[in-house]
Amino acid sequence: MIRKTDDIIIRTVARILVPFIQIYALYVIMHGHYSPGGGFQGGVILGASIILLLITHGLVETTKKISERAIAIFSSIGVFIYAGIGVLCLLLYGNFLDYSKLSVILNVTPAEARSMGILGVEIGVSFTVMAIMISIFISISTTEDHSKYDKEHY
Amino acid sequence: MKIVNLILVLCIGGFLIYGTLDMPGWGDPDSPASKHVSPRYIQKTIEETATPNMVTSILADYRGYDTMGETTVIFTAGMACILLLHGSIRKNRND
Repeated sequence: MIRKTDDIIIRTVARILVPFIQIYALYVIMHGHYSPGGGFQGGVILGASIILLLITHGLVETTKKISERAIAIFSSIGVFIYAGIGVLCLLLYGNFLDYSKLSVILNVTPAEARSMGILGVEIGVSFTVMAIMISIFISISTTEDHSKYDKEHY
Repeated sequence: MKIVNLILVLCIGGFLIYGTLDMPGWGDPDSPASKHVSPRYIQKTIEETATPNMVTSILADYRGYDTMGETTVIFTAGMACILLLHGSIRKNRND
């Protein structure tokens, strides 16, 4: 069971840091086209920001902000976005994951449509990685102490 | 018995090192790996995908199907983790 820390310094610093970590994560995801980075790395950083919140503010307070049901839905949405973009290309008379066919709906050149397709796919990957990181952390940290978890959570 | 093990390990290690002698040099432009698809990616990435980072365009576009598999693997691993660990909680509650 992850409890809330009593140290006000740790709690305050964590609360100030979390938005900046999340902005950096978005930067890593969006800047994957120009520098090292992308969905996997950005997703892990996003997950790390929530894990920091879990360590400092405890499970109960964090799951009020992002519930475990929401985390499970997020992890499925990521794969759904990825596969959905692939199926969308199929529907536009292309091959599976042939992003250049998206140029019809995005109204750009095929090369730019492929760039956009890469971005969409990276966003899907980052959703899944973020949600899975958080859910694995929650699962592992709550299994040791079943009784506490039941009382406070169920 | 330990001596036999040592001889076996040395023999297998020797064979593996012998196997690497035939491999192309480090970063050799004439190696089969650098001659097959790499030049095409290097020359056509900007033209075809408008993405300056070649690694990203290969990861998510040219090898997009592979990356979808990777994402699914992560998703499956997480789901397995949730099922196994949360299952133990539920079992504990029924006791």
